[in-house]
Amino acid sequence: MVKQLLKLLSPLNKKLVRDINHLRGQVVATALVVACGVASFVAMQATYDSLLLSRDTYYSRYRFADVFSSVKRAPEGLEEDIRTIPGVAEVQTRVVSSVTIDLPDLPEPAQGRLVSVDLTRGSILNGLYVQRGRELADEARDEVLISGAFAEANGLNPGDSLNAVINGRWRRLSIAGIALSPEYIYEIRPGSIFPDNRRFGILWMSRRSAAAAFDMENAFNDVALTLAPGANEADVIERLDDVLEPYGGTGAIGRADQYSHRFVSNELSELEVFGTFIPAIFLGVVAFLLHLILSRLVGIEREQIGLLKAFGYSNRTIGLHYLKLAVLAIIGGIVIGIALGAWLGSGMTALYADFFRFPILEFTLPFSVVLWAFMISFAAAAIGAVTSVSKAVTTRPAEAMRPEPPADFRAGFLERSGLNRMFSAEVRMIARNLARHPIKALLSIVGISLSVALLFIGFYFYDAINRLIEIQFNRVQLEDVEVTFNEPLPSETRYELLNLPGVNRVETYRAVPVRLRFGSHSRRAGLIGMEQGGRLRNIVDKNLRDVRIPNEGIVLSTTLAESLGAAEGDEVTVEVTEGSRPVAKVAVADTVEEAVGMGVYMDSDALHRLLKESEVVSGAYLEVDEKYAQELYETLKNTPTVAGVGRPQAALDSFNETVGQTIGTSTAFLIGFACVIAFGVVYNGARIALSERGRELASLRVLGFTRREIGIILLGEQAILTGWAAPVGWAIGFVLCFATTRAIDAEIIRLPLVISVATFVYSFLIVAFAALLSGLLVAWRLRNLDLIEVLKTRE
Amino acid sequence: MDAITDTVRKDHSPDQPLAVLQARGLSKVYHMGEVDVHALRDVDLDLFEGELAVLLGASGSGKSTLLNIIGGLDTPTSGTVTFRDHVLTEADDAALTEYRRDHVGFVFQFYNLIPSLTALENVQLITEIAVDPMDPAEALKLVGLGDRLHHFPAQLSGGEQQRVAIARAVAKQPDVLLCDEPTGALDYKTGKIVLEVIERVNRELNTTTAVITHNEAISKMADRVIRIGSGRIVSIETNEEKASPGELSW
Repeated sequence: MVKQLLKLLSPLNKKLVRDINHLRGQVVATALVVACGVASFVAMQATYDSLLLSRDTYYSRYRFADVFSSVKRAPEGLEEDIRTIPGVAEVQTRVVSSVTIDLPDLPEPAQGRLVSVDLTRGSILNGLYVQRGRELADEARDEVLISGAFAEANGLNPGDSLNAVINGRWRRLSIAGIALSPEYIYEIRPGSIFPDNRRFGILWMSRRSAAAAFDMENAFNDVALTLAPGANEADVIERLDDVLEPYGGTGAIGRADQYSHRFVSNELSELEVFGTFIPAIFLGVVAFLLHLILSRLVGIEREQIGLLKAFGYSNRTIGLHYLKLAVLAIIGGIVIGIALGAWLGSGMTALYADFFRFPILEFTLPFSVVLWAFMISFAAAAIGAVTSVSKAVTTRPAEAMRPEPPADFRAGFLERSGLNRMFSAEVRMIARNLARHPIKALLSIVGISLSVALLFIGFYFYDAINRLIEIQFNRVQLEDVEVTFNEPLPSETRYELLNLPGVNRVETYRAVPVRLRFGSHSRRAGLIGMEQGGRLRNIVDKNLRDVRIPNEGIVLSTTLAESLGAAEGDEVTVEVTEGSRPVAKVAVADTVEEAVGMGVYMDSDALHRLLKESEVVSGAYLEVDEKYAQELYETLKNTPTVAGVGRPQAALDSFNETVGQTIGTSTAFLIGFACVIAFGVVYNGARIALSERGRELASLRVLGFTRREIGIILLGEQAILTGWAAPVGWAIGFVLCFATTRAIDAEIIRLPLVISVATFVYSFLIVAFAALLSGLLVAWRLRNLDLIEVLKTRE
Repeated sequence: MDAITDTVRKDHSPDQPLAVLQARGLSKVYHMGEVDVHALRDVDLDLFEGELAVLLGASGSGKSTLLNIIGGLDTPTSGTVTFRDHVLTEADDAALTEYRRDHVGFVFQFYNLIPSLTALENVQLITEIAVDPMDPAEALKLVGLGDRLHHFPAQLSGGEQQRVAIARAVAKQPDVLLCDEPTGALDYKTGKIVLEVIERVNRELNTTTAVITHNEAISKMADRVIRIGSGRIVSIETNEEKASPGELSW
């Protein structure tokens, strides 16, 4: 069958098929690298496209708002004033508030964000997609829709009921349905960076019921709006702030600062970055491997090329012949890569669907991505082919038909320096072979080092996350429980808390929303007044430095300071955006490069003075005796003044469950990818070395060297290249880690650039292991060295 | 091994030379597709201590096959080869490697030097793994290359390269020196220089030497001439008068 097909081909194409068959080991190794490159490209690019399409469709179909603001309490009539702001298209006023939810199988109270839904006018903006159950009915006052991730995490279904403390009153709510909103694609507690869907969820309630519950009849405390085409967002925000100010507006934000949107966008841009540079690494390696293979092939076939040209084959025909070989060699890899990429991509998309809640998030593989996969792979093949074949093709036939001159070794640096006396003849052979083709050696090192770098960055994420956990849970949040109150309470509350079951220590804090101004810049932030000498909550920078709260002045997180353009010693204007809205100039006493969040801290007494208030507290950090925890939570669940209860340990557990798993999966893939690159480079390098020096090695066997000894000579070169790849790979990896920490939105998270010894060790050991295996695979072929043939033929 | 060698010696009268290598009933059949090619047919051969034997035969006569088998590079289809008390035909690959490493010096038609090593280093490569080697520089002086120790193969002429190969072969002080067409790739003048070196090594170091050639003229320098044709030993002659390589002409 194969023979019959072969007959149909032209002689040159028959040669092509036989060449590929002869080179199959190297072709397979290269095709594997192609497959990984294409798979990573297809998976990430198509996931990116799917995610972007889902998001944009969702936003437009469910009318996701452009500007958001909350306000203390504004009369309904103000809606009309907002509508008349130039550039505003549609306006939706709402009642939004925090509620405490009592879930039967959760010891501590969960926190809910209750959002009103206007049933008479319908949701103009931020429309709801009811996943299961039904929409809200106006007449049922205690009916809610709950958010998808929260429902899933807690096993809640339509028809179930839910106990909640709403505005200090215990209520039994019935769940009408499970809903999703473009406002909460990433369902996360404001201020957190990782979701904790068991303890945080969104509740939607009819505007009428919500207004009644929060005494907001004919009033609203939250507004969302869309911009008219061509409107300037900053202008609208300024006007909106002016309109809302008398009513306790806390300052409007645009979409870019909307919490869920910000996370989704950050994820998309990370995907775009990784989806570009990881495939680029692979395809660079592919070009190099094809260059290696074809250079050797052209070297072997030098005389044949001369002959073909002597008989009148054109340079173009011969050039195309080798280009075809390069393309054919990788085409299988592309096809496998696309299939693998589609599989990986649908897995990634499913993973995203756990974090990001869309009405529909389906993985689609656009034809354009497939086309691109082919085009960039062919481009890599063409680079590999052109760089290796051009010289042979342009050689004059008579010259080409003469055998290539013998390997010309001359004394080099090693000899002149006299260092060579320190090494055995075998080591000198290896060193000189490497020194003879420095570019090839360098490219091999770079190739292998890229796999080290891939692993390095993969393991770095563990280091960074471990450091984050250490900072956040071992240094910053030392409390067992954090309690936040609905409203500021007198400082005596501290003693009431101390009297609660199991509470050993109480540290209170005061928190107010502020707008910071410096020069022409302004930013919204939460200002926290902390007790001097407290030990349950600390300010720690990402390098584990403790920062003390000064008696006067504020401590700013570095990101915030940078965005304001303020530095230590500068005086910034602090505008409190609640209560009597005092404004004061405060000096920046210190800046802190926090790992998470954008905090502003000051001494609690200083804050009281700034607010011109008596000592009141917004919340407290508690140290709790584990034995009485259950009892304490029960009490807190039934305390109307408690708006929320946070437990660092629960957050950590939830984090390990979700994010930890995701990182584990992606690391597994990175290890696989890195091994393929290392295998591709080392296997090809060793095969070519075997082809070039088979005669030399066979001679040594004849002279009495054992198979093991010549194996060492053959693989020594690859071992040295792999060894050099370690420092180079670490350096490249470090740069990539640095770039990654920069690429991640600094206002969400600042990954500390810490790299553990284990990362150095494992990133090299895994690559060394893959290299060793591929080397042994080649060394196995030394069994077949023909010792007699080598004596008969001249090179 | 020495004990056995001693017992063997006792069987010989003092004037009778001792056989270092003994081949008995050697046959080698290559299966080429549907045809069987008999490269060797029932060959008996002895190589005696210190002699210089020339194996003379046309291309395809089987002389290379014979050399490969006694050199431990190939195994016969039937028959035995004994090196002193070692039966090579029963040895496995590891034992044959050890045999080549410790006892045999090879010189090939195409030199087979390592291009990335200098003349001296090519010799050192072998002396490093030898049991009782001579000084590599001495070996190169012996072949008249004392002034070219640090030249790479690409910087040496063909004759010089072949002399490096001879130095490499003798530097380990082998029991047997096997030369396969050592002048085959060389011109007349250089060829003679190389033969002079081989003769000198045989004479000065008393190394048992077998030279394979199709060149009738070279047989004049041998102690014994073994003629091979169609896989059989056709004749064995002893030269009463050995010619020196300088006297040869072809």
